[in-house]
Amino acid sequence: MASLELRGVRKAFGATPILDDVNLTLDSREFIAFLGPSGSGKSTLLRIIAGLETADAGEVWIEGRRVDTLPPGQRDIAMVFQHYALYPHMSVRENMAFGLRNAKVPRDEIDRRVDEAAEVLEISPLLDRKPAEMSGGQRQRVAIGRALVKQPKLFLLDEPLSNLDAALRLRTRVELAQLKQKVDAAVIMVTHDQAEAMTLADRIVVINDRRIQQVGAPMEIYSRPANTFVAQFVGSPAMTLAEAELIDGNGLARVKLGDGSILQTAVPREVLPAGGLRVGLRPEAVRVADKAATTKAKVELVERLGERSLVYARLGDGQAITAEDNAYSRLALGDDVGLAIDGAAAHLFGPDGTGYHRTAAA
Amino acid sequence: MTAERDWRGLLFVAPFLALYLLILVFPLLRGLWLSFYQVDLFGAGHFVGLGNYARLLHDPVFGTSLVNTFEVTLMIVPALTVISLLLALALNRAGKGAAIMRGIFFASAVLSVTIVTLIWRFVLAPDAGLLGEAWKALGWEPLPFLSDPDLVLPALAITTVWWSVGFPMLLFLAGLQQIPQDMYEAAALDNSNGWTTFWKITVPALRRTLILVVMLQTAAQLQLFGQSQLLTAGGPSGASRTAVLFLFESAFGRWELGYASAAAEILFLIILAVTITQYWATSRAEGVRGR
Repeated sequence: MASLELRGVRKAFGATPILDDVNLTLDSREFIAFLGPSGSGKSTLLRIIAGLETADAGEVWIEGRRVDTLPPGQRDIAMVFQHYALYPHMSVRENMAFGLRNAKVPRDEIDRRVDEAAEVLEISPLLDRKPAEMSGGQRQRVAIGRALVKQPKLFLLDEPLSNLDAALRLRTRVELAQLKQKVDAAVIMVTHDQAEAMTLADRIVVINDRRIQQVGAPMEIYSRPANTFVAQFVGSPAMTLAEAELIDGNGLARVKLGDGSILQTAVPREVLPAGGLRVGLRPEAVRVADKAATTKAKVELVERLGERSLVYARLGDGQAITAEDNAYSRLALGDDVGLAIDGAAAHLFGPDGTGYHRTAAA
Repeated sequence: MTAERDWRGLLFVAPFLALYLLILVFPLLRGLWLSFYQVDLFGAGHFVGLGNYARLLHDPVFGTSLVNTFEVTLMIVPALTVISLLLALALNRAGKGAAIMRGIFFASAVLSVTIVTLIWRFVLAPDAGLLGEAWKALGWEPLPFLSDPDLVLPALAITTVWWSVGFPMLLFLAGLQQIPQDMYEAAALDNSNGWTTFWKITVPALRRTLILVVMLQTAAQLQLFGQSQLLTAGGPSGASRTAVLFLFESAFGRWELGYASAAAEILFLIILAVTITQYWATSRAEGVRGR
């Protein structure tokens, strides 16, 4: 049974549309990330699922039960808020027990569940503390614990890692992944951080501009982006997009870039629409090379990342392009450099932005 | 070096300090000094030691005025706290309607006590007043609020609550705005109903504001004066004479300045004791909760 189903969800704040005809089905025990930039509507969608906002139209189903007419507390869900939203005057134990008390769970059962969750999250020594007496990371755990004890059908995490410092964020990310293994429920996490989404989620739902742009496994999103938005939003640094002209090719498309260089892609020709094309190149598809160079560019910036270097350059026609070089790149600003573009790794995008990729089997 | 700096720092607070010493500390000490003398408007007066205080202890008029003060304070403070909290809860929302209502409920607070008592004399007058007419319309005998010794203190309390409700309401509104919205969202997800949310989320979050309102209002109402003087002049037969009205009458009616000063010192000590007790009780409760 689908753990969550959204049917034709729409939402507008006044005259501003936020979500437009959102449809989505989650498998049970799936970890889903809603990924999108600020203002894309992803948080609103999460809040509609939680019942904190009401959709203007559409239905929300959780485990075969329509819930969009029910108050938040009766939807069998638990949510971890971005700023944790712990009750400041209650101890950790009271914070975790509050929802269960309201649901009239027997006292010994409450104690058992709270102790168990505290054990899992390693916060047992903190049970008598108040939120103000804890660090951000500890509060985060309490907020997760408060969700865990409810044993919900669906966990909602709203930007769960955004308030943690970098080191703690990495650790918590690992812990969230481990936690996922332990709970018998689906998880939806809202994030604008693609690394979080890529590492944690079974599937990513990319949301932008009121709509779901693509739903897919992390590597599918990365290697077969549905459109130019997904292509540029996922992956760091962003994919280079360059105008290209379709020239002849037998079965697979050959394109000519603005600077005249020819690229033999692995995208079948017959799927391409008529009209202007753009070619999408990830940095790893563009190598700095002397001998095998297919085109030339002028270096504008070199970013040394440790294990590799990123070279931001411009082709002869002024098109910006991002290339990869080895860690000890000697390139400097203004250098002329040869680039070897791997045509087989190129993506093509139609005039409406739709992505076309090499056939899946290849 | 540091000493020099300290003095320069003092310069910044000097204007305030000078005024504070001149119009608060000096009169306080002067009043204390006066309370040991028998003084009238003319002449230097003579030292009577604790004579004024001894007289006060046996003065039934002063005793009654203290009892009246406590009674009216006990009527006003709980009612005022509850009503202003309810108003704040009702008006704590965005929108023009709520903003206008906030303005209306606060408006009474900017009126002078003279206007307030004038309004309420019209309302409370049994023969032609608003309440009297309402009573009559219901077929009841109008209640003589201002001339019945049992009704005059409640009438005083009602007038005062109407007049003073704005400021505590504002404090509660400010307190409510401090409660993050996601607290209520978390409570909604925790299946908390309106009642539980109010008692478990809102009230604990307003704890400090509640304490502040109760302490401020207690101290203020123990000094209730204008309403009682203007509405009834302490009558009928002293039934609405408050402590401050008593010392006003002693000082400026009978010109017993030393006697009035002694009464003022006693009232001061009472207010101090009540406030400290409240502070001690609430901070002790906080300590217990903190464990």
